[in-house]
Amino acid sequence: MPRRRARIPAAVLLIAPSLVVMTALFAWPLVVGVGQAFSGPDGPTLAYARRMLDDPYFWPAVRNTALLIVVLIPVQFAFALTMALLLRERPRFAGFHFYVWVIPLAISDLAAGLVWLSVFADRGYLNSVLDHLGVDGVAWLSYQNTATMFLAVVVAELWRSTSLVLVIVVAGLQGIPKDYDEAAAVFGATYRQRLRHVVLPQLRPSLQVALILRTILALETFAVAQALTGRSLPLLVGETYQWYNVLQNPNVATAIALVVLAVSMLAAAGYLRLLRDRTVTQ
Amino acid sequence: MTNRINDDLRISRRGLLGLGLGVAAVPALTACGGVSTSGADGGEGSVSFLSTQFTQVEERQRFEKILGDRVTAAKVAFNPVDASTFGTTVKSQLDAGKVQLSLLGGVHGDLAPHADRLMDLDDLLGSLGDRGFTSDLTDLAKLSGSTTKYVPWMQATYVLAVHKKALEWLPSGVVTPQMTYDQFLSWMTAARQGNGNKPVFGIPAGPKGLYHRFFQGFLLPSFTGGQVTTFRSPDAVTAWQYMKELWAQTAPASTNYDSMQEPLQRGEVLVAWDHVARLRDAPGDKPGDWLMLPAPSGPKGLGYMLVVAGLAIPNGAPEAAKAKEVVKALTTGDVQVDVLRQNAFFPVTNAQLPTDLPAAVGLEAAAVKRQQETAGAIVSLPPVGVGARDAEVGQVFKNVFKEVCLDGKPVQGVLDSQAGQLNAILDELKVACWRPDPAGSPCRVA
Repeated sequence: MPRRRARIPAAVLLIAPSLVVMTALFAWPLVVGVGQAFSGPDGPTLAYARRMLDDPYFWPAVRNTALLIVVLIPVQFAFALTMALLLRERPRFAGFHFYVWVIPLAISDLAAGLVWLSVFADRGYLNSVLDHLGVDGVAWLSYQNTATMFLAVVVAELWRSTSLVLVIVVAGLQGIPKDYDEAAAVFGATYRQRLRHVVLPQLRPSLQVALILRTILALETFAVAQALTGRSLPLLVGETYQWYNVLQNPNVATAIALVVLAVSMLAAAGYLRLLRDRTVTQ
Repeated sequence: MTNRINDDLRISRRGLLGLGLGVAAVPALTACGGVSTSGADGGEGSVSFLSTQFTQVEERQRFEKILGDRVTAAKVAFNPVDASTFGTTVKSQLDAGKVQLSLLGGVHGDLAPHADRLMDLDDLLGSLGDRGFTSDLTDLAKLSGSTTKYVPWMQATYVLAVHKKALEWLPSGVVTPQMTYDQFLSWMTAARQGNGNKPVFGIPAGPKGLYHRFFQGFLLPSFTGGQVTTFRSPDAVTAWQYMKELWAQTAPASTNYDSMQEPLQRGEVLVAWDHVARLRDAPGDKPGDWLMLPAPSGPKGLGYMLVVAGLAIPNGAPEAAKAKEVVKALTTGDVQVDVLRQNAFFPVTNAQLPTDLPAAVGLEAAAVKRQQETAGAIVSLPPVGVGARDAEVGQVFKNVFKEVCLDGKPVQGVLDSQAGQLNAILDELKVACWRPDPAGSPCRVA
């Protein structure tokens, strides 16, 4: 008799809270968002999607966001891996270095953007230094210099968000038993070979997590670029902000947000496929 | 042993966290109980005054002081909100029949959509005959109907601020104050050459700048005689070609300027066009070095944008009689001059301007008067009846500027595609055209 009452499996009970939370905070807003983007006062409409596509800022925003990911992520991972491997060598004050390197993690996006704004502004620190050296300053953030604007955003984002990758990679490295590395060394593998065939393959899960996280976050780059360039270098999430807040058109804003969501999901799925461990067979 | 200590610690930490959350939640929850949607509450019998003007904290405080000092007829609870909150509050209170507001203050475009919700004020306006409102303003106040819906409150516009240093490059034959757009362009070109090839002219084309008002109220009306209907006419192409030439003589840093008084003060530009309230601090303590000029005129006349604010009383206002007294007080010469002195909004009455005005305001007052009285002036209004979509309408004009002047695209193609965007917005709104376009309904680009 008492067995009958426990009909709902424990697993379902255990995942129920997260299911409820996910539905309330993720699935439901998603449904509402799709509704908002594709229905107007007279029923279903593509008018908002068309306005998004016709807007002169939309395609530049797509291009800039894609370019940012393509440039930023590889550089960022190279930096983070190098830093993590340096820390792995246990230099003096390794703990201190680690803390210094993760400081940007604790700083808000907007604050970081403002700090870099004071560096790149027309009369900012960088131009002051150049002026001191007798070089004419550059209008880094002028709408005429798309390349330097982009560079400024890449540098600021690199500074701000590399620490996240570093933390994940360091944690991953700590989980790798020393034995494999030492065994490879005993058999005469060089540092490069050990890195290529021993360390990196075991780091794959961490790298996968970091890649997915960083790509999604890079798609959502907003505050830093907003502080540095405003709308001169449009990015997708900046455009949702612009449409929602400044132009007060939530429908077009959600349409753009759905584009970001779709690309994020595609990217995550792509990484999961690409970095699948083929040595594990079912 | 260490484990044990850790366990104890964790429990107490968790307890502390819970306590902290509880403490934080108490004020948050209690706050929910008494949220006042109408903001400032002056208590029973006071006049609740909802306004889209003076939302900025300093301006609000200065205006509240004027209300406290000068308005003795009733206690006024002044509550400034942004335009879209204003619209929804007025609509919901009146449509639900629970009117708490007694007085509404907003620019023409804020009040126009609520014409049916506003009390007729013909009697009040009639009793204010000595104020000397111009017929231009009292006609507007009818909101296209036959009765007065608001009493003019104050006005503002946009002018040119000029540092006298720029006058040395004035080409021969060009005289201030009144020049044509072509003369202005040749002046700015000469000034740029004279200034070591650095442009001296600036416009507020930053993210929060009001440069779309230049196109809507000055450039396009002067060249085409219209704002919306003529948006892609051959005259509009000429206007934007002109703008392209003018932009070539304009400081590129303009795309970062939200208000022109700062770059003028820093000497980054010497000549700038902006809203009077955003030019007020430019002369600083050297007003003798500065001029304020009316905008140039184009082939169709001198187009200028008039920002007129009015005071209206909603139907069913709980304190309508007192609100009328407040309107009377706010249109007296003293209060009109106080508002000009403190918040740089110009009188709508024949108030005598005192000689001890802040120098910059005095300069502006002369330019505003001259601009208004120029023969062939074309008055434009900021978009009327578009409510929260005003920013989107403005963005269409900004997009044309971006594509024509910054990206160098062919003018006609840009105008055609942006006309489509503008019509998409206007088709949804179905509003009548506003000045200077002929009042056809619904308003569309021809």
